[in-house]
Amino acid sequence: MTHYRFHILCCGGTGCKASNSAGIVRKFEAVLKEKNINDVQVITTGCFGFCEKGPIVKILPDNTFYVQVKEEDVENIINEHIIKGRKVERLLYTDPKANAHISDSKHMGFYKKQMRVALRNCGFINPEDIREYIARDGYAALGKVLSEMTPEQAIEEMKKSGLRGRGGAGFPTGKKWELARTLVPNAEQKYVICNADEGDPGAFMDRSILEGDPHSIIEAMAICGYCIGATKGLVYIRAEYPLAIRRLQIAIDQAREYGLLGKDIMGTGFEFDIELRYGAGAFVCGEETALIHSMEGQRGEPTIKPPFPAVKGYNGMPSNVNNVETFANVPVIYLKGADWFSKIGTEKSKGTKVFALAGKINNVGLIEVPMGTTLREIIYEIGGGIKGGKKFKAVQTGGPSGGCLTEKHLDTPVDYESLAAAKSIMGSGGMIVMDEDNCMVSIAKFYLDFTVDESCGKCTPCRVGNKRMNEILDKIIKGNGTMEDLDTLKNLANVIKDTALCGLGQTAPNPVISTLDNFYDEYLAHVKDKKCPAGQCKDLLSYVINPEKCIGCTACARKCPVNAITGVVKQPQTIDQEKCIKCGTCIDTCKFGAISKQ
Amino acid sequence: MATIKINSQYLKEIKEVCASFNYEKGQLINVLKKTQEKIGYLPAEVQMVIAEELKVPVAKVYGVVSFYSFFTMVPKGKHPISICLGTACYVRGAEGILHEVERILGIKPGEVTPDGLFSLDCLRCVGACGLAPVILIGEKVYPRVTPNQVKAILDEYRK
Amino acid sequence: MAVKSLADLKKMSSEFKNTVSLRENGDNVDSLIQIKVAMATCGIASGAKEVMDFYLEELDKQGIKAVVTQTGCMGYCYAEPTIEVKLPGKDPIVFGHVNVEKASEILEKYIKNGELVEGIIPVNYETVK
Repeated sequence: MTHYRFHILCCGGTGCKASNSAGIVRKFEAVLKEKNINDVQVITTGCFGFCEKGPIVKILPDNTFYVQVKEEDVENIINEHIIKGRKVERLLYTDPKANAHISDSKHMGFYKKQMRVALRNCGFINPEDIREYIARDGYAALGKVLSEMTPEQAIEEMKKSGLRGRGGAGFPTGKKWELARTLVPNAEQKYVICNADEGDPGAFMDRSILEGDPHSIIEAMAICGYCIGATKGLVYIRAEYPLAIRRLQIAIDQAREYGLLGKDIMGTGFEFDIELRYGAGAFVCGEETALIHSMEGQRGEPTIKPPFPAVKGYNGMPSNVNNVETFANVPVIYLKGADWFSKIGTEKSKGTKVFALAGKINNVGLIEVPMGTTLREIIYEIGGGIKGGKKFKAVQTGGPSGGCLTEKHLDTPVDYESLAAAKSIMGSGGMIVMDEDNCMVSIAKFYLDFTVDESCGKCTPCRVGNKRMNEILDKIIKGNGTMEDLDTLKNLANVIKDTALCGLGQTAPNPVISTLDNFYDEYLAHVKDKKCPAGQCKDLLSYVINPEKCIGCTACARKCPVNAITGVVKQPQTIDQEKCIKCGTCIDTCKFGAISKQ
Repeated sequence: MATIKINSQYLKEIKEVCASFNYEKGQLINVLKKTQEKIGYLPAEVQMVIAEELKVPVAKVYGVVSFYSFFTMVPKGKHPISICLGTACYVRGAEGILHEVERILGIKPGEVTPDGLFSLDCLRCVGACGLAPVILIGEKVYPRVTPNQVKAILDEYRK
Repeated sequence: MAVKSLADLKKMSSEFKNTVSLRENGDNVDSLIQIKVAMATCGIASGAKEVMDFYLEELDKQGIKAVVTQTGCMGYCYAEPTIEVKLPGKDPIVFGHVNVEKASEILEKYIKNGELVEGIIPVNYETVK
């Protein structure tokens, strides 16, 4: 059996690779060989998430963390650390606040940009075993609230924590609970509703929480029930999430078995139970009045507020709706206290936020950061930068209701107010990164396609207005747009924003407004020059073969799905523009870089 | 009321589903979901039976069926193809995949090939954004698809 | 099994802390090899189920005592399927892009010999306990 005395871990993330981590690995291997050391293994790892101080080298088993290592340092590390067992002080990270070297990476939690509060159990416990949740202090918050606090005190604690709704709008949770408790004090029945109808395409935070930690939602709903005086909970969950549904149902059954749902919970006389209701794929059902209609078996159309659900909700009874991530924060707030929670984040946005980081980024993933973390930190440090070394162009937050932010917004801290000031929104947590190859007019159209599709049709601004905007965008993308169209687009967007009935309609023009604001030049290029700078709009580009580079190998002609490429072997080929479907296969096939988009 | 043409086995199953939800009007969506799981789709005849059982107007049932994208009134192909058009897949080129599938099969989203082998649909996010762009055929997820892989993937189902 | 009071819950919690991960093994948890497979939708879509089945079968076949459990999303979507391996007395290590082949390599090299293999993902977040 081989036993390694040391493991040398070299970061092979994109950032460190760019600063020669591969050379460092080779150097380590060479020096170890030269010195005839066999019981040390060198290995390349994924990103450490500390790219600004790369290349990173970590030594196991003592967890020593060296930063900004150069090839010249390798011999030194081996001589000192590996042979003599002394740490190389000058390569250790210096904590700027304490001005002290820190060697053990276990004590460098502060470098880690991510903090898992809502996701604290995801990827840690077995979601189908209630015992693992209980072992992590699960249901202790419920126990504490039921036996040591009055509902009023519990609501006060929630208000003090500063938790705001994670579904997007950011309404203070404690305030919402207070309204649900006090507005109709003598209702015969009240309901706690969990909105698990994650409709933003490109977002999967709620799904991951339900799949990874379903008991935290059950516990939080029960706490909410106690606070507002409800004995019934309903989870409105997308039918498209079969695994989440299954795990949640298992969790509910186990909680009942342990007497943590049902009558007389933990001997306190409090009664609460939860049922599932399925959403059937309608984005508008994320709006709470539409969601309630859908749960009643109707078309999910929104109605004018007031009356708010806190007065007249499910089956006409007072109801409190919170989303999954909001609930996931609840138990930990009661366990660790409102003061602990309110220390995380910014002045007006407390705690953390989960994002589904996706698109043209290296480390696509589910991340959780304290409020106030900047977009730059998220994209370049946690996300590891843009895929394929391309240039960053925009980041979209808030899905179809949000906006596209650019380079100049990268230092914007992520919190409700700052994102709104930059004309986007926090949203539910979708964060899509785009590079230079993405056409912003097409992105605006993509989101509008979505809202036109999902509009319930009840109010005219949304039903007709968004459709008209979509048609104009289509015209621009096809190269038929006029300057007048751009003005119409702006006007329409503002009218819809002011007059639509519900949140979906009012926010639908956001992607158009923000791209017009931030990428007006790109719109102009489509309208005036009939060009798509990103090379994405098919009607505005053609594929051409450069006769000077083409050697006539005919590889492209053989791959072309529509046989649009013809020519004599060993002579430059030509593309028949009439036949070409602009699929791009030829560009991928050509080894000589002879084909380009114009 | 017009006579409903529907095979007796289905009729029995639909009635059982309605009974299992106590004929509650508020459970309409759950009833439709269960029925679609059993029969595969929700044609007009099926909606009429459900309307009668739950004592609600057919118009209301149709209103709900046509409102939610989860419900379908046409049967699916033997191998239903779903192209994810969530944002992550879109920015990574899902549209190109869609066009290629449309071109090879000669059908548009919502349609079925004449031989009934494939049906094509678009959906919004399967939550596998790390694997974008993805397509689903039946339950199987194909990750990181490029347009020139499409033909080979479809051919697997033609054998 | 009903929880009758907060005190009861607390008692149960400390009891589970020591025993849950043991399952039927009856040993001290730290003396066992523990493997967690991230089984959320994206993990399963990229083949986590096969990896889990592989470990369950192979460890049993080779007579290696280990605890294999499923868990939720670890957040590393770009590297699915992901697993976490904890050897006795060592810190847990997360591996990414684990297909059955990789799983077998991890078993042969890391689990049996303590030799690391490519594909390590450093944990870059702090979790609230």
